[in-house]
Amino acid sequence: MALLEVQNLEIAVSAKGKLLPVVQSVSFSVDDNETLGIVGESGCGKSLTALAIMGLLGGTTVRITGGSIRFDGMDLLTLSERERRSIMGNQMAMIFQEPMTSLNPVYRIGDQIIENIRQHQKMTKAQARDRVVELLSLVRIPNPSERVDSFPHQMSGGQRQRVMIAMALSCDPKLLIADEPTTALDVTVQKEVLDLMADLQTRMGTAIILISHDLGVISETSNKVAVMYRGRVAEAAETESLFLELAHPYTRGLLNSMPVVDSDVDWLEAIPGRVPTLEEELTGCAFHPRCASATELCLTTVPKETEFKHGHSVQCHFPGKVAP
Amino acid sequence: MLAYTAKRLLTLIPTLLAASILVFLFVHLIPGDPAAILLGDTATPEEVAQLSSEMGFDHPLYIQYFIWLSNVLKGDLGTSIFFGEPVLSVIGSGAETSILLASMTMIWIILIGLPIGILSATKHGTWIDQMTSSGAMLAASIPTFWLGLYLIMIFSVTLGWFPSSGFPSLSDHGGITNLRYLLLPSLTLAAPNTALIIRLVRASMLDVSREDHVRTARAKGLHPTRVAIKHIFRNALIAVAAAFGFTFAALISEAVVTETVFSLPGIGRLVVQSILRRDYPVIQGVILVIVVLYMVINLAVDLAYARLDPRVSLK
Ligand SMILES: Nc1ncnc2c1ncn2[C@@H]1O[C@H](COP(=O)(O)OP(=O)(O)OP(=O)(O)O)[C@@H](O)[C@H]1O
Ligand code: SF4
Ligand SMILES: [Mg+2]
Repeated sequence: MALLEVQNLEIAVSAKGKLLPVVQSVSFSVDDNETLGIVGESGCGKSLTALAIMGLLGGTTVRITGGSIRFDGMDLLTLSERERRSIMGNQMAMIFQEPMTSLNPVYRIGDQIIENIRQHQKMTKAQARDRVVELLSLVRIPNPSERVDSFPHQMSGGQRQRVMIAMALSCDPKLLIADEPTTALDVTVQKEVLDLMADLQTRMGTAIILISHDLGVISETSNKVAVMYRGRVAEAAETESLFLELAHPYTRGLLNSMPVVDSDVDWLEAIPGRVPTLEEELTGCAFHPRCASATELCLTTVPKETEFKHGHSVQCHFPGKVAP
Repeated sequence: MLAYTAKRLLTLIPTLLAASILVFLFVHLIPGDPAAILLGDTATPEEVAQLSSEMGFDHPLYIQYFIWLSNVLKGDLGTSIFFGEPVLSVIGSGAETSILLASMTMIWIILIGLPIGILSATKHGTWIDQMTSSGAMLAASIPTFWLGLYLIMIFSVTLGWFPSSGFPSLSDHGGITNLRYLLLPSLTLAAPNTALIIRLVRASMLDVSREDHVRTARAKGLHPTRVAIKHIFRNALIAVAAAFGFTFAALISEAVVTETVFSLPGIGRLVVQSILRRDYPVIQGVILVIVVLYMVINLAVDLAYARLDPRVSLK
């Protein structure tokens, strides 16, 4: 059994007395030493899936309405709040999309990491502080013994994201969830942060879920990929077999809309149309309004998940028969 | 922090000078001979002439101002017409009551306002929140004098638990237990301001709770109470501290009413009586004291603000 197993996860947003489904029958698994990339356009439910796994949906209008999340042999959705909290920041940690605002502006960064450590481990303040300095140098913050006393506003976005990584790693988590950790950062800094995470994984064997809307980032860093479209996993496979043969029209569209550095083409074939909003009720395949291969069947019937190749699943009526 | 304090102290000087000019002009805005005004109806022409030359009333206004200012800086605020005593000692005699009243009021505001505000925010949307919010709304809309009279009727007249008026000094017979005289007045004075703080704490905490760093705090696995206090309330305190200066201004005018309703021998009642007695030197003195006090409090608020928010002092 894998470290994390998400099965048929259903998430809904309650609005005006109605439950609007945002994530529907999403399943995937991640194991130690493995990176799962989740990719998809804005609003397709990547962050909500991550927050559901982490246990951070409390206090919002978002509810988990079905499915199971098993982590390290535990059924997370049946644990008490207290048991859940003992996992958060400890065996499972998360870095967020917004490095500039994810740290509390009134506390020194060192104290914020110390808080995480001492929440889960018996350590004196001084011991925890030594550990923080160690962590800061691990994430390559220069002068860690001085920077430990900095306030967040004294650091750049890239440095703050490193601090977030250091905090996430402070209790040696088994699973690290990184929700678009580099989207808000400069291109050069993006690469450094991604390299850092890959490096730390090699050293510590952490399982990573890397969320991105950039297929390029995913292809370089992940062992497995799950492509999400409007709350569903459209296509999932090992990275290599996915890129060998893109079976879902949406994945194909995503790849085509990626800039290719050394090509003469200076235009991008973006996917026409937009992601339908939650309020729009759609029959059949949610992608059909934008799909070039759509038929009558696609308009009426939701495609089932089918095994396209071994370990390569697709939710499409015509997997692999992608219009050129 | 030290540099910031020094900078704020320096910016205080022009404000103080401007305020002192306004206070100085007060007596000159009243029609008639300022010396006669300052001495009152019973003064003889000789006395008027003497004060006129002492204060330089025959000199141009700016020279008069400097004479007045140098007197003030020496602690000479003039002589009360009614008491025939130096204004400073007249004000001083009301200071004990007013300072004790203000302190007790502040204690209520903090002891009642902060916890209820925090409760209201953490339970927001529940019946607890609705009860405290409408309670706060009610308290904020009751006029001070009416609440004071109401409390006197219930707790002094009907139940006889607390004295209804006056305040013997703490050094008089009864000592510290004399504070019971200030219980009803301080609660009266605290009510609208506590309501203000409750609503302020609640609103700022709800604002902060939507910020990203609160999600980070919860992702650490911290207990919700710890998140509410150490992360949400602590950050909301920045906005609350900023508003505290305004609360103080409201407090001063409400203190005048409260001291009058409860017949407390404080500075607030002194102002009312001095106006009725046309004791202009005392009125002028009290205004000066209040202006200075107000600025000092605001400076303290600013310094507290800088301490609470590390982004401020380092700018
Ligand atoms: N707290 C919330 N309350 C109501 N609706 C929400 C909430 N959070 C997200 N949603 C909605 O749920 C859908 C999925 O949101 P989610 O944040 O998971 O998208 P995402 O894939 O992470 O997108 P992005 O790339 O922009 O981060 C969106 O339509 C969003 O508007
Ligand atoms: S099911 Fe039909 S509409 Fe949906 S992706 Fe496949 S071909 Fe396109
Ligand atoms: Mg997101």
